[in-house]
Amino acid sequence: MDNAVIKAAAEGANPLMPNWWEVLVTLAGFLILLFIVAKFVVPMFEKTFEERTAAIEGGIEKAEAAQAEANAALEEYKQQLTDARTEANRIREEARSEGAEILAELKAKAASESARITEQAQVQIDAERSAAQASLRTEVGSLATQLAGKIVGEALDDDARSARVVDRFLTDLESQRAGASK
Amino acid sequence: MIALALPTAAEGGTFTPPGLEDLHLPDILPWGAEYGTGFGKQMLLVILTVVLVSWFLVAASRRRAMVPGKFQFLGEWTYTFVRNSIGRDMLGEREFKKYTPLLVSLFLFVLLSNMMGSIPFLQIPTTSHVGTAYALAGIVYVYWIYLGFKTHGVKYFKVSVVPSGVPKAFLIPVVLIEIVSTFLVRPMTHSLRLFATMLSGHMIIALTGAAMAYMFTSLGQWWGYPLGSLIFIGGLAMFLFEIFIQVLQAYVFTLLTAVYIQTSISDAH
Repeated sequence: MDNAVIKAAAEGANPLMPNWWEVLVTLAGFLILLFIVAKFVVPMFEKTFEERTAAIEGGIEKAEAAQAEANAALEEYKQQLTDARTEANRIREEARSEGAEILAELKAKAASESARITEQAQVQIDAERSAAQASLRTEVGSLATQLAGKIVGEALDDDARSARVVDRFLTDLESQRAGASK
Repeated sequence: MIALALPTAAEGGTFTPPGLEDLHLPDILPWGAEYGTGFGKQMLLVILTVVLVSWFLVAASRRRAMVPGKFQFLGEWTYTFVRNSIGRDMLGEREFKKYTPLLVSLFLFVLLSNMMGSIPFLQIPTTSHVGTAYALAGIVYVYWIYLGFKTHGVKYFKVSVVPSGVPKAFLIPVVLIEIVSTFLVRPMTHSLRLFATMLSGHMIIALTGAAMAYMFTSLGQWWGYPLGSLIFIGGLAMFLFEIFIQVLQAYVFTLLTAVYIQTSISDAH
């Protein structure tokens, strides 16, 4: 051990005295490295980081925008749905009142129609009755005359007279019927 | 190292531990030797360090993929570690970006320089040569003084050495202490801390290696083998511990750089 120390001291190896060439090589080498790092490495790394941050933030923004859009669409659909419901209600209400109107109208129409038909029928019946009365009156008169003539055995040729007889008979008949109906 | 230590041990028959001289390997190129220097392994490793760190950073940063692969991730992780854990934490959100290149370069350069001591066959931390430590600390020294004057102008003389709130009676000794501690001790501790830890670590590894070789090959006694094995186990532990120290010292060196820059650009002392 002593040997080594003596040997080192004798050879003048002071570890604190630099080899100036080593200093120079280190200085030059490190400055070159520093230049490369400052010029290329740091800008590239920083750019990558910025782009990555932007990409992530952009993604978040995009997602938020999509979310907002979806929310807006949902609101819109809800609004439309409500509108449609009110519209449907309105239409239904309208249809109901319209239907009621139509029904009332139809009822009125039907009533008037039936009244009209009844009246017409009445008129017709009256006309037919008087026609029947008229025809009956003549036909019954002639038939009765013929019948009476056959029964009596003689011709009742005197038309004027037989007509008078028949008329009287019929008038009696009518007044009789009218008295019975009363 | 071991190979250098061995012949002396074998010839003398006694154990000669490796000395500081053994750290200075023979020059690779003979020319320039008359100036007491020459191109040695250490300088070759410094250049190799510059090339490797540059390649690593450029290759990792140029891919610029949004989703990084393993290699790019390693580069980004290292970069952001220095940028955020050292730069941003020490220098603040507003200022730190300007100093990222220096801090990143320093950290990786010192780290790989230290790690050179643990890479088989290379096996010498270039920072265990004081010249490299001086050069790096010197760059930092010049830089933070420059920053001080750039930030404060001539007032930097006052800002840097006159602490606020000191009674007038103590002002002169305090200022003297401040001058010494800031402008003399600071660069010395900055460089020597790195250099000394690397040198001593390297010496311990070299010592265990030489001692182990001696126990196994030159002692000629049966107990040399168990003793050598014990030294091997201890040496292995020291080797792993050295790797930890190498990383730690690179971190400390860069962190101190950030601290010095911070004191220069901050308003009050």
